Amino acid sequence: MAALLAVRGVIKRYGPVRALAGVDLEVRAGEVVALVGDNGAGKSTLIKVVSGVTHADEGVITLDGRPVTVRGPHDAQALGISTVHQDLALCENLDVVANLFLGHEQRRFSWLRELRMERTARDLLASLDVRIPEIRTPVAALSGGQRQSVAIARALIGEPRLVILDEPTAALGVEQTAQVLALVRRLRDRGLAVLLISHNLVDVTAVSDRVAVLRLGSNAGEFTTREATQEMIVAAITGAGYGS
Amino acid sequence: MKAYAAAARERLTGRELGALPVTAALAVIMIVFSSLNSHFLSSENLTNLALQMAATGTISLGVIMVLLLGEIDLSVGSVSGLCAVVMTIQTVRHGLHPLLAVLLALAAGAAIGLLHGLMFTRIGMPSFVVTLSGLIGWQGLLIYLLGKGGTINLPFDGSIAKLSDTWLPDALSWTLAAVITAVYAAVAVLTRRARAGLDLPFEPVLRPALRITALAALLAIVVRILTTDRGVPLTLVIFASLVVVLDVLIRHTVAGRRMYAVGGNAEAARRSGINVTRVRTLAFVASGTIAAFGGVLAASRLSAVNQNSGGSDILLNAIAAAVIGGVSLFGGRGRTYAALLGILVIQSITNGMLLLNVDSSVRFMVTALVLALAVALDSLARKGRPEGLG
Ligand SMILES: Nc1ncnc2c1ncn2[C@@H]1O[C@H](COP(=O)(O)OP(=O)(O)O)[C@@H](O)[C@H]1O
Ligand SMILES: [Mg+2]
Repeated sequence: MAALLAVRGVIKRYGPVRALAGVDLEVRAGEVVALVGDNGAGKSTLIKVVSGVTHADEGVITLDGRPVTVRGPHDAQALGISTVHQDLALCENLDVVANLFLGHEQRRFSWLRELRMERTARDLLASLDVRIPEIRTPVAALSGGQRQSVAIARALIGEPRLVILDEPTAALGVEQTAQVLALVRRLRDRGLAVLLISHNLVDVTAVSDRVAVLRLGSNAGEFTTREATQEMIVAAITGAGYGS
Repeated sequence: MKAYAAAARERLTGRELGALPVTAALAVIMIVFSSLNSHFLSSENLTNLALQMAATGTISLGVIMVLLLGEIDLSVGSVSGLCAVVMTIQTVRHGLHPLLAVLLALAAGAAIGLLHGLMFTRIGMPSFVVTLSGLIGWQGLLIYLLGKGGTINLPFDGSIAKLSDTWLPDALSWTLAAVITAVYAAVAVLTRRARAGLDLPFEPVLRPALRITALAALLAIVVRILTTDRGVPLTLVIFASLVVVLDVLIRHTVAGRRMYAVGGNAEAARRSGINVTRVRTLAFVASGTIAAFGGVLAASRLSAVNQNSGGSDILLNAIAAAVIGGVSLFGGRGRTYAALLGILVIQSITNGMLLLNVDSSVRFMVTALVLALAVALDSLARKGRPEGLG
């Protein structure tokens, strides 16, 4: 089966810094791929390239084996790529419903279908087991965990094929982390491809099918999660010589 | 019920004060001036107040469109004056039908707004600088167009001047108040029913009932006061309708929602696929168009345009009104009602001080104090917000 998403030889420079120095990555449908690496390894940069937030200097992105150009976030969404960035990017002044549908408002001509959106939002949040007492107050009033949940729920609104999560559990407590991981498994069971970026190897081994390691902007190993130990992954992350 | 308790707490902690401070300020102003001068609350004076509000209040509405994005439009005064001059020249010198002349003025305002929007979005010039040069440049064009005379009178019996001297018959005023209340009530009932139909939570019946009663009472008081004098001025009806229509538009259309989104967090809006450039350009076009209409109202009230049209303190009052009314300078927060409430505060101070024969120096200082208070509240509310991005 051809990979849903494949990137080949992606290079991205920020001035003198080479954030990505020729990276390859594949994600298949119904698979959770964990992308791990030390701080500054280039994980966020890679997903920004894939989600159209920045542009690669070199390299190709293919979807179902066909090369695609991702000129902006809109292109990525149209291709079925949905991303939850590390900095969430919610509009704090808008309520939960408005944030969930931002950029994809349900409408009749130009008129917002407020009640329909609220119904869908409540159903979606309930199906994800996300509890937010008042979804009509501005997001500014929510806790960190609640915001994370809103951001993940929002990624599902456009019926994407690939969901990218950048450090989704970094700011969460134990219980909410478990909920997010359960949610990630549910996405896979729906047949979605999931690219999960995480620092937490316990989370990674608990939920992923494969692990791809980045180090200093380059591939530094790839493992089938079932066959890998945490020591092997750590060694690849720190460059101690196992893996690739 | 729990949700409403949460909402109430939210209000009290100062994060979402909304129209509360400005309403309180208005009440204080009314009480102070009416106790100092019995004429202040007379029908005649309140009617004058209503007449004085419409033009600058309308221009303030335009400013709000841009403030909601967290940007500023300093050109609205000049643009209003320039467009009024264009209208007047066309209808007085070239005999263009007044309605067409007004439409031409609006088109000119839209074109100017488009130009500002493109300079801001395409070239990346700060909105402050774009509209500051607009402030100077369009006033220059205005003076150039007026030529030597410096003043052009509109015919007193022409339809543009008549706009400011038209008063609704009493029966019509009362009918209008009744219809507005009925529509408001109908929307409340239908919304409630629709929410119930979709199995969404809805308010306890007492709250909408209270709001409808409050609206009915407010309209009744206003109509009662104005009808004891000359009647409800048409320009007040026009201004109030603009406030309501714009509020409905920006809160219930896709474009309006996106304006709030861009004002709240432009990067988040961009990442969710919103064309931020288009939203920003649209806001400047709206601002220019509305400013032009404000200029038409001002020209109508004066029955003339001159080198001072759109000048003096119109711009500052328009911006101050929006901010005093509760529109955040940081973007993303505020409603069009701010223009109505804010201009009411400013004009009440001006009007009351004139009645008391207070020197304009004191009037400026008091207005400044109110403005500073409003901005302080806005800044504190922003600081109080957790991890504020906007
Ligand atoms: N906008 C930017 N400007 C300059 N340098 C950047 C920018 N974004 C990332 N970098 C640099 O690129 C490298 C990779 O960063 P990033 O992709 O955020 O790493 P990670 O997410 O793996 O921690 C780092 O050295 C970082 O400093
Ligand atoms: Mg990162």
